[in-house]
Order: sequence, then structure tokens, then C-alpha cells
Amino acid sequence: MALEVNGKSYEVDEEGYLANLNEWDADVAAALAASDDAELTESHWEVINFLREYYEEYQIAPAVRVLTKAIGKRLGKDKGNSKYLYELFPYGPAKQACKYAGLPKPTGCV
Amino acid sequence: MADFETPELFKNIHVPKPVPGTMESVGPFIAKPDHQTDLGFPAELVDNWEEKAIDAMGVAVTKYRGLRVFLDACVKCGSCTDKCHYYIGSSDPKNMPVARQDLFRSVYRKYHTPAGKFLSKLGLEWLIGAKSMTKDVLDDWWNYYHQCSECRRCSVYCPYGIDTAEITMAARDVMAQVGRGMKYNNEIIGKVYKIGNNLGLPERALADTLEGLEEDIEDETGVKVELPLDRKGVDILLVTPSADFFAEPHVDGLMGYAKVFHESGVSWTLSSKASEAANFGLFIGSYDNMRKISLRIREAAIDLGVKRIVYGECGHAWRVGYSFLNTLAGPFDFLDQNYPIPQHICEFTHDLIQKDKLKFDPSENDWMTLTFHDSCNVARASRMGDKPGGQFTIPRDIIKTVCNNYVDMAPETIGEGTFCCGGGGGLLTDDLMPVRVKGALPRMTALTNVVQDEGVTHMAAICAICKSQFTKVLPYYNLGMDMIVSVHQLVSSALILTSRDDEEDESEAAPAESSTE
Repeated sequence: MALEVNGKSYEVDEEGYLANLNEWDADVAAALAASDDAELTESHWEVINFLREYYEEYQIAPAVRVLTKAIGKRLGKDKGNSKYLYELFPYGPAKQACKYAGLPKPTGCV
Repeated sequence: MADFETPELFKNIHVPKPVPGTMESVGPFIAKPDHQTDLGFPAELVDNWEEKAIDAMGVAVTKYRGLRVFLDACVKCGSCTDKCHYYIGSSDPKNMPVARQDLFRSVYRKYHTPAGKFLSKLGLEWLIGAKSMTKDVLDDWWNYYHQCSECRRCSVYCPYGIDTAEITMAARDVMAQVGRGMKYNNEIIGKVYKIGNNLGLPERALADTLEGLEEDIEDETGVKVELPLDRKGVDILLVTPSADFFAEPHVDGLMGYAKVFHESGVSWTLSSKASEAANFGLFIGSYDNMRKISLRIREAAIDLGVKRIVYGECGHAWRVGYSFLNTLAGPFDFLDQNYPIPQHICEFTHDLIQKDKLKFDPSENDWMTLTFHDSCNVARASRMGDKPGGQFTIPRDIIKTVCNNYVDMAPETIGEGTFCCGGGGGLLTDDLMPVRVKGALPRMTALTNVVQDEGVTHMAAICAICKSQFTKVLPYYNLGMDMIVSVHQLVSSALILTSRDDEEDESEAAPAESSTE
């Protein structure tokens, strides 16, 4: 399966997750969101950027708890809760935000 | 994900009239070549797969005598037909346990029974319901053996005690051996081998996560509670599902275990090598993989020099731990024989409660009214404590000690007759959402009743799969996703912590206190 962005083809898996993390850029993120009929706002980008940074450091997406704590510290307490994150990413912050950030989907009993 | 309808909720468990074909073609994603080869299976469907499948089936019925008995013994009495949550939720007659088993049994009859072999020569095998191994049969296996959560509820009501889970496991194993593996399960087992756990959580990320949890507990309670990683020479190795490091409400349960250990004074550690209790080798019916996964726990226990092994809240891990660990990875003669090997965290906590070693303020949980979901692998495939039924009474005793408001769901839906959450047995993957939502129907029926009639606000569980499955499916039935809680999350809220002075905190092990529990 493939995703077309600006005339270039990107490999994605059955659920639309990007196969190669290094191919990701802002346009790809927007296209990944568009394939779910979602539009990325500044608030989405704040989360996506944190996910990219965390992944670079730890080679895995952060736990929801880690994410809410970090977002709360950076952007204020009103945003540091899972309700806020679920409003941004209704299919679940861990899975949906990871997808737009070009990260692999978390696996296991989650 | 395919569009599907959430089944209608009736006042009581409602057995539908069969509607053939409703659940055709909803099989899960097929494993990628490297997901297969990592586990020692062929990368893709092999050329002569029919012949290979028949051979693999022959090996299975020879090696596992129980499997042959289960295949031979069924008299089609029909007792199981209305017992499966997937049949109740989907109306597809191939989800009646007997019909699902027959997909495997009919092929077994043709190739591995004297009558089948003889009648096949005359072209009369249909007389005994025997069938050839064809692509259509394989496709049916693929669909319907991934609509069984190996929960064994049907076995409870079978007069012959036929264990459907064994047949599902055998069918999945035969498929994997001819190159048709399931992506979700096999990719995860590969991560256990490469990284150490189902999540793929590397050691550094795990250490960082645990440090964060220590901070959170201290911020919240003012007490320094440790979550040690790879600490040698301690009493207890805790193995727990990696979802406990990652997901909600699992992580609240993990903090609960840490607090209980803190209060007990017994020293403990997590391991980066065995940073996973789950054993998906069970789900795919692969003895070799189940053994390889189990051996990590043995190695970690030896490396760390612990005296005891305790399991966190994970349903099927406890089945593998309680029922098979000694034959898979034993003997455990290097551990302290005065304690169960392994021990469940609920047994550990319950024991301390019995000995009055823990102080609680149950009013901390007064804002909730609890019920308890018995997880299938704990309920029907293992036990806790030293009395029959301990797996039912011990978790409930703990909840009732730490919560003032507790109500059970309808008796035929709990205990030995508990209904699966709908996502067990390796089906907890988004590509099977229709199966998961439909399979949750009976549990959602029983839960809705206690919510409406008894004012229940939350349901506790001791299985990572159950917790994640409910988080996902509760909203389909107009219930809140945060209704599901960990048992040790309730313990955590009510437990009164005592501060220890810094000197004691620094000590690596606390041998003087190891016998107090």
C-alpha cells in the first residue's frame, strides 16, 4: 500500500502507518491526517512534535501518562490531561497521534 | 476497518437465531514474512501447504493426546451451542463452539482416523462428515479460529469436557507452520525476542518510565516509593504485562503493586530482560515459542538472584505461570520453596491483608461502586490461594477490603461461567474490532444491568487484555471508557503509606523483613 504526497509515493501498512520513519515530514503528516478526514491544527502539532522528540530519544512512543505530564508541563495544566488529548485525537492519542507523527503503532495489550 | 453494527442490548443474555455467514471474511491481518521467520515459521504460504498442514495436524494429534480425545469425543449434543460470547454477539452458526471445532475435526476425520482413511478410498468420507484440506477450509479456519478467544466457557458446559481452546490453538499452529500466521500475535512475539516485551519498550525507556512513576507517587503522597529495575539480590522478581508500563488504567495498578511492596518491607525488582509477563506463544498454540518466552523469566530470576517470582495482573500469563511454568522452564529449585512458585500479586496482597500488615482507608474509594470481571484464563485455567475457587474469592476479598461499595454481576456471568471480555486469546487488535465489539455483548449486558439496577460506576479486572479491550468497547455500548479499573489501582488509592527514613531506602535488600509477610 502507498500514500501519494506531492507526486512522491510513500509505503504505508494496512492501517495507514508510515513504513519508513525517516521519510516523514510535515506534508506527509498532513496527508496521513487527511486520509482519516482529519485536519492538523497548531494544537495537534504541539503533540506530534513532542512524540517525535520522545521517539528520537527512547525509540518508542511515550505512554499516555508520560505524554499528558509532558504536555501539561509545556502547555499548561488545562492541556495536561487525557480528556484534552482524546478531543484532539478521538481514536486514542497513543495510536492516532503516532500515526500522524509517522511512528510505528504501539503493540501489545494496549 | 470494516463497517459493522454494534449488536442490540437485551435485558438478559439473549441467544439469537442463527444467521449463516454474518462473520465471514473478517479474518485478521496476515503476518509479514519477517514476523513469521522470527518465530521459526515459513515466511509465506508454502507451495504444498495442503500436504504440510495434514502432516502438521498428524504430529499435533500424536504429540497432544488430549487433542485427539477432544476431536474423537464430541457427540454433537449441542450443550455448547449457546455458550460462546462470539455466537451470542454475532449470530453466525460457525461460532457455535461445536461448529467451529468441526472445521478442524472434519479434516482430522478424513486423514487421521481409520474410518476416514478407509471411506476416503471409496469416495464415501462424507458419510462421517470428513472433508479434504482445501483453500476454502483454510479460509474458514483463518476466519473462525480468530473468532475464538480460547476462553473455555463452552468447555465448562460440555458433558465430555472438550477443551475448544486446545482445538483453536492447534488450528492456529498448523496454519502458522504452513506459512499463514497472524500479524498481531507474531509481530508481538518477535518484539519479546528482540526487545524484551510486547510493547517494544527498550530498557532506557522503561527506566525513564519507572522513574517518572516514582516521582508521581511522591508528588501525590509525599512518600518515596521505589520501582526498582534490575536490582540484584532482592527477594522478589515481579513480572508484569508491559501494558502496565504504558496504558491506562494498567499503570495505576503497577503503582499499586509498588506501594504494596513498599508497605510489606520485602525487597523487589522488575527486570529489563523479563519485562513482560504475557506469553502469546499460548495464543498461537506454539509450544516452542511458549517455552522460549517462559525461559526469559527463569534466566532473569537466576541473573538477579531472587528468591521468589510474583506475577502482576495479567490473565493468560497467570495461566502459563500457574499451570505450565514448571514444565516449561523449571525446575525452580533455586527459589524459596516456602512460597508459591510463582505467586500472584493478588495472593501476595491478600496474604498481607490476612496478617493485618496493611492499613487502608476504604473511604478513598467511596465515590465508586465496584463490580469485578473474572478474566477467563484466571477463572477457568488456574487458581489462587490454597482453596478451590480462590481465584474468585481472593480478588473480591481484596476489593471489599479497600472499597465500601461492591456488587457482583449476575451469577451465570461470573466465576467459572464468566464471559470473556471479547478481546482475549490474541484477538486484541484493531483489525478485529467487529469481532471484539460483538463478542463483548454478554459482558456488556451483565454490566449494564448492575449499572442501572445497583448503581455500579466501575468494573475492576486483573488482566491487561481485559482492561484494554473494555476501554475500547465500552463506548460502543454507551458506557464510559474510564469505567474499567485495575484491582491494585483500588488498593493504591486506599492504602495508607508509611515513610521510611533515607538510610533504609538506600539499602539494597532487606533480609530482616523478608519473613514478615
